[in-house]
Amino acid sequence: MTTAEEAGRLRQRYARRHVLARVGLYLTAIVAALICAAPFLWSLITAFKQNRDLYNPQNNPFVFNRPPTSDHVGYLFTDTEFLTFVANTLLVGVLVVLITLALGLPAAYALARLDRPWSGPMAIGIFLVYLVPPSLLFLALSRIVVAVGLQDSTWSLVLIYPTITIPVSVWLLMGFLKNIPKDIEEQAMVDGYSRVGAFVRAVLPLAYPGVIAVVVFAFTLTASEFIYALAFVAPTDQMSVSIGVPTQLVRGDVFFWQSLQGATVLVAVPIALVFTWFLDRFVSGFTMGAVKE
Amino acid sequence: MATTADAVTTPATAPARRRLADRDGLLAWGFLLPSIVYIVALVGVPFVLAIAFAFSDVTAGDPSYDFVGFRNFTRVFQDPVFWRALGNTFVFTLISMVLIVVLGKVLANILVADFRGKWLVRFLVLLAWTTPVALSSISWLWLLDSIYSPIDWMLRQFGALGPAENVYWLGRPGLSMASVIAVHVWRLTPLAAVIMMAGLMAIPKDIDEAARVDGAGYWRRMFEITIPLVLPVAAVAALFGAIFTFTDMAVVRVLTRGGPNDATQVLASWAFYRGIDGGDVAQGAVIALFLFPLLLAAAVLILRAVRRIEVR
Repeated sequence: MTTAEEAGRLRQRYARRHVLARVGLYLTAIVAALICAAPFLWSLITAFKQNRDLYNPQNNPFVFNRPPTSDHVGYLFTDTEFLTFVANTLLVGVLVVLITLALGLPAAYALARLDRPWSGPMAIGIFLVYLVPPSLLFLALSRIVVAVGLQDSTWSLVLIYPTITIPVSVWLLMGFLKNIPKDIEEQAMVDGYSRVGAFVRAVLPLAYPGVIAVVVFAFTLTASEFIYALAFVAPTDQMSVSIGVPTQLVRGDVFFWQSLQGATVLVAVPIALVFTWFLDRFVSGFTMGAVKE
Repeated sequence: MATTADAVTTPATAPARRRLADRDGLLAWGFLLPSIVYIVALVGVPFVLAIAFAFSDVTAGDPSYDFVGFRNFTRVFQDPVFWRALGNTFVFTLISMVLIVVLGKVLANILVADFRGKWLVRFLVLLAWTTPVALSSISWLWLLDSIYSPIDWMLRQFGALGPAENVYWLGRPGLSMASVIAVHVWRLTPLAAVIMMAGLMAIPKDIDEAARVDGAGYWRRMFEITIPLVLPVAAVAALFGAIFTFTDMAVVRVLTRGGPNDATQVLASWAFYRGIDGGDVAQGAVIALFLFPLLLAAAVLILRAVRRIEVR
């Protein structure tokens, strides 16, 4: 057997293997995406169904047996305070993200870069704070919320949510900051900046992926939170999405299924779009650290 | 005081400000203090208050504080539902964690691969995690509905169920636990996948290529290179999964409210029922308090595991 023949056969084998691998990849990707998104696809169909179509167990649930209607999604905008819930969620989310960054960035910098003897234990301590579950603090916090006069107000959530987001964010940011080479601030300080100046001008811009990660992470946590929102906010016009939708569209035993599903999709899609948009940056931030080792 | 521009051009002329801003020790405290004050005020104080509640007779109707010693603890320990919730919490967490880590690894491999339509796949996968849990759980509640569940409809089409039969996903003890775990795993796997994706992308390409040149096949590379290198990151993903699973009761609350017959009751939801729905603040506090040492143990274990792997 000549070497040319052998090479040709090998090449064929590799080509076949390559095609098989691609087919397998596409198949698993499609299956995974379908399983992950199944409830949302189902929500999307449900949201536009007529009652007579929806509440007939004989009907194929995946197709429109009667013409689709936008009545139930319209109901969400005209007859409920859905838009108020969205506005409240955005307000709380943005403010919580700002507070988290304002407090978390300096704290993470101090723990990751200033080399104090206590920074290791302190970092673990802050991380452990994250383990204290809302269901444990809920009762006591509700007293504190009343004491500062924020009961029944969206502002109570702005006050409380950073307790969840700061510990995670400090932990995340420490990872990002540790992996920026020390020479960068030393260079900046040689150039005449103070330590604070070097932090703001030289280190922060490089920590940008970490900041993005924190923004996305903190916003997602805030928008998802359930127990505190349920506990502190009773008036409808102060509710966030995660509590307003379930309480206002489920009246006793009556579920407004189509409107509920419509609301889920309307909330889910924008957040997931933003997250997908930033995913590579988010991940590359984590990765920078591991490569350095 | 010198302006910033002066400080850049003539650093020596700005001594007062420089000295203050360069004292690392002082600066470290200055940077850290706002966060510490915040956490002490809104986590530390309520935490101590919660412990105090556990030794009191505080109820929703009678908020005045009286110390009662360990009475609440003995009463909670005598309650069979507490032990059931404790057992459920372990079952729930263990099974969820194993599934989340394994499926997260598979999903991470898909997310890092290069193919057409990758953006859409990523978007669809991330939906599960980025949606507020109360809303996605409601989607599932409808998906697992006792009469209109499309899963039952499909089973009927395949003849696995009789024409008018239903599975009652949330109405039978074993099935409802399986449903709650499935929804929880579905929701957290994308998060684990994103964390592991970071780990996968951090593996230097040359190691993988060198192994490929040496003739190592896919599975060999998977078990001898990829998995050992991803292990620390996987451990972190597991830690996060465990924390969320231990403390989260949103899925249980929305799907089953702990039922049927407390079959899906976990510690967090049981504390909520006793403390808030039932108004017995003191007993709720005792049950909730029980979460903390378990969490602490899990965290210490996994942090130690991560460190050991990093050292090697």
